[in-house]
Amino acid sequence: MDIFLQQIINGLVQGSIYALVALGYTMVYGIMGLINFAHGEVVMIGTLVTITVAGTLLNSGMPVALAGLAGLMAAVLVCMALGWALERIAYRPLRNAPRLTPLITAIGMSIVLQNLAMMIWGRNYLTFPSLLPKMDFEFAGANFTAIQIIIVLVSAAMMGGLLLLVYHTKLGMAMRATAQNPAVASLMGVNVNRVIAAAFVIGSALGAVAGVMVGGYYEIAHYQMGFMLGLKAFTAAVLGGIGNLAGAMLGGILLGIIEALGAGYIGDLTGGFLGSHYQDIFAFVVLIVVLMFKPSGLFGEKTGDRA
Amino acid sequence: MSANLPKLLLEAKTVAKHFGGVKALQDVSLTIRQGEIYGLIGPNGAGKTTFFNCMTGLYVPDGGGFTFDGTPLIADAPDKAAARGIARTFQNIRLFGNMTALENVMVGRHVRTKAGVLGAMFQNAATKAEEVAIRQKAIDLLHYVRIEERADDLARNLSYGDQRRLEIARALATEPKLLCLDEPAAGMNATETEQLRELIDGIRRDGTTILLIEHDVKLVMGLCDRVAVLDYGALVIEDVPAIVQKDQRVIEAYLGA
Amino acid sequence: MKKVPFFQSLPGIALAATLLLALPFVAALGGQAWVRILDFAILYVFLALGLNIVVGLAGLLDLGYVAFYAVGAYTWALLASPHFGLHWPIWAILPIGAGLACFAGVLLGSPTLKLRGDYLAIVTLGFGEIVRIFLNNLNAPINITNGPQGITLIDPVSFGAFKFSGVTQILGVSVSGPQKYYFLLIALAILVIIVNVRLQNSRIGRAWQAIREDEVAAKAIGINTRNLKLLAFAMGASFGGVAGGIFSAMQGFVSPESFSLIESIMILAMVVLGGMGHIPGVILGAVLLTVLPELLRYSVGPLQMAVFGKMLVDPESLRMLVFGLALVLVMRFKPAGLWPSPERQRELQETGK
Repeated sequence: MDIFLQQIINGLVQGSIYALVALGYTMVYGIMGLINFAHGEVVMIGTLVTITVAGTLLNSGMPVALAGLAGLMAAVLVCMALGWALERIAYRPLRNAPRLTPLITAIGMSIVLQNLAMMIWGRNYLTFPSLLPKMDFEFAGANFTAIQIIIVLVSAAMMGGLLLLVYHTKLGMAMRATAQNPAVASLMGVNVNRVIAAAFVIGSALGAVAGVMVGGYYEIAHYQMGFMLGLKAFTAAVLGGIGNLAGAMLGGILLGIIEALGAGYIGDLTGGFLGSHYQDIFAFVVLIVVLMFKPSGLFGEKTGDRA
Repeated sequence: MSANLPKLLLEAKTVAKHFGGVKALQDVSLTIRQGEIYGLIGPNGAGKTTFFNCMTGLYVPDGGGFTFDGTPLIADAPDKAAARGIARTFQNIRLFGNMTALENVMVGRHVRTKAGVLGAMFQNAATKAEEVAIRQKAIDLLHYVRIEERADDLARNLSYGDQRRLEIARALATEPKLLCLDEPAAGMNATETEQLRELIDGIRRDGTTILLIEHDVKLVMGLCDRVAVLDYGALVIEDVPAIVQKDQRVIEAYLGA
Repeated sequence: MKKVPFFQSLPGIALAATLLLALPFVAALGGQAWVRILDFAILYVFLALGLNIVVGLAGLLDLGYVAFYAVGAYTWALLASPHFGLHWPIWAILPIGAGLACFAGVLLGSPTLKLRGDYLAIVTLGFGEIVRIFLNNLNAPINITNGPQGITLIDPVSFGAFKFSGVTQILGVSVSGPQKYYFLLIALAILVIIVNVRLQNSRIGRAWQAIREDEVAAKAIGINTRNLKLLAFAMGASFGGVAGGIFSAMQGFVSPESFSLIESIMILAMVVLGGMGHIPGVILGAVLLTVLPELLRYSVGPLQMAVFGKMLVDPESLRMLVFGLALVLVMRFKPAGLWPSPERQRELQETGK
């Protein structure tokens, strides 16, 4: 039990990040039925933009807090614009196409963004500037840092904010209506195009924040980091029930904890045969198991096929 | 006396089905005799298509069951139902859109043919002969439903009426003992309905028992030997059209008292 | 008089055959690298046709197809290299590789039977990644795959004393390794194409297409969709397995790097961009997506040097960027692919798209 609490904490932190990214996937899928493959890349660009902006400002002497904030703002703005552009240019013309077409387009956009990032920021790993105080705490044998606390708190705040938006504003209601039935929603006066654009933009904003957190937590970034992160976040969304916001949040946290516990104990479980570098497999296994046995996820609704 | 009674082809015994709190079917029992045209009518939401889907294996009944041709029908196995001899069309027409009309009917022969992967790859004599037979039978069926000119058109480009006929041809390709038609006359005008009536009559004459779900009451009463009426998932009456038409409960169910 | 399409007539076939036979020698004029590119183009034709069975015919969106390629490749590598000291002949290894890939296909396919569209894609993607992660890590405690370093010194294809690697004199002509592989691959390709055409126009092929179009209706007419889906996975996988074996032999070296997600996406793109389900289109897609990026790579570098005086953009990332853009643009403007089936072409003409 010595590492149990530690792994739970680590899992909670990583899971909060997954949750924020998962929200982007689940909102888009809930409204459009599309897996936005490029979302992971949007997050990645958020991280890299922050590195560039905050790094440049720091070098020119700006105080850490301001530079950090500016970096964050830049990331959020760039990602929001990117999300908006993705929807408007790549996905909107394909609204009525058969399922395969937007999926391939999404994959294509993901490749485009990855390679654009490589061309702009290069192939090498980049260091994330040190923006937060490095403080360590200890509790019941487990260690945690200021950054970890901040990540969990900020994520919780953002998720709370999103829930407020979706359940207590007109836009939120419009989004919920569109997710249920776009045709009827538009008959009721909802501007479906704007709702969909909003879903992309909000999801991208959350993704940008997640990107900054990932950068701050791991202190490095790379043009390919979006792929695995995106895949795992999507798994989290499916785990919680795709289309369900609370599901995405809980799914993210749950996945983070499963991964952390798995990575911590896998050596013991398999008698040394499998090491912790098999960590990435956990997400895939969770995904496969969920989709096989409970495809609607923890909180999703069963959609039967009525002939 | 029993020598003159037509054989029971399908027996439904206290079939029940609910979706959440909604009781779609409540202990429905009925029988379909070989060689008859049996009508199933009722207001919207009465449970007709649900009954259909339970019988053909798309849904699993929550109570009761079916006996077909003497043996119980396995639930939740639509492909086994087809193999046993039950074929169906769909209320919303479910054709294979990107395949031609001819291919749609040819694939209907699947359950009665057997060439496998090895046969396909090596093209042995038996496979080739079977393929020729499949094609010929499909062409014959297209003639039978009068859409032979559309053989090489993609199914999704056919007119609505032709699509309905194609679906019937595909169902007939499975050589069913019982053909179930789910609202085949929906959206048809008087002429088309009359042509449909002739087709269905012809199918029965050629030896297939028919279960017909319909809203067009005139069509049902004029065509069917016996009619069952469902309302709110329960069987109201099962009898010959003349009696059913005059039944007070039926009139109330349709006109809402 | 009925017009026969040119390439089905005798002079047409003769011309095509002559061109195909001459091609590797023409390509060699630009260097052996171009012959190798031809070889890979044909290899990808195998893979694309294999995936076409799964995606194009049966409509099962498989994003993890590369796993079967990997199984076939590593089977050859393990059975014909110094790694385990085994040197089995081609006629033993290829069937084993195909068989193992087939088995993997059933294994990967089984959990996906109830899944639709997007979910199926993600799960198969996950499987592909799992295979790659295992290949990368199965070097301890027992060294099976040699991890990220891969396996080297793999035996080439040989029929008795005739080896496919190195240069051989045939009828006074010098034929290089890649050129010899070219002829082997063309022969295999013709077989693969014939098998695919036969499958497509058979009872099984029609059943697969029915499942693709409407699984509920397919069940209703008596098709055992479970078995047929598994069959599609198995057949598609076995093509991948054979291709993998030849790949291993040709390269002389395999590593997990060659079997990443982007490979699966590439092969899927060949099927979809070519013209899903339409065999000539899929072949075109495979050839284009193998050859064009190479052409790009060879021209972009010198072009940049000539125009800008330096390398502004890494040719590799430009290549991938163009690939991504191609996916987006083709889906936007030609969603049925570059060469769709005649029925689809007719339909597109009629609706004026």
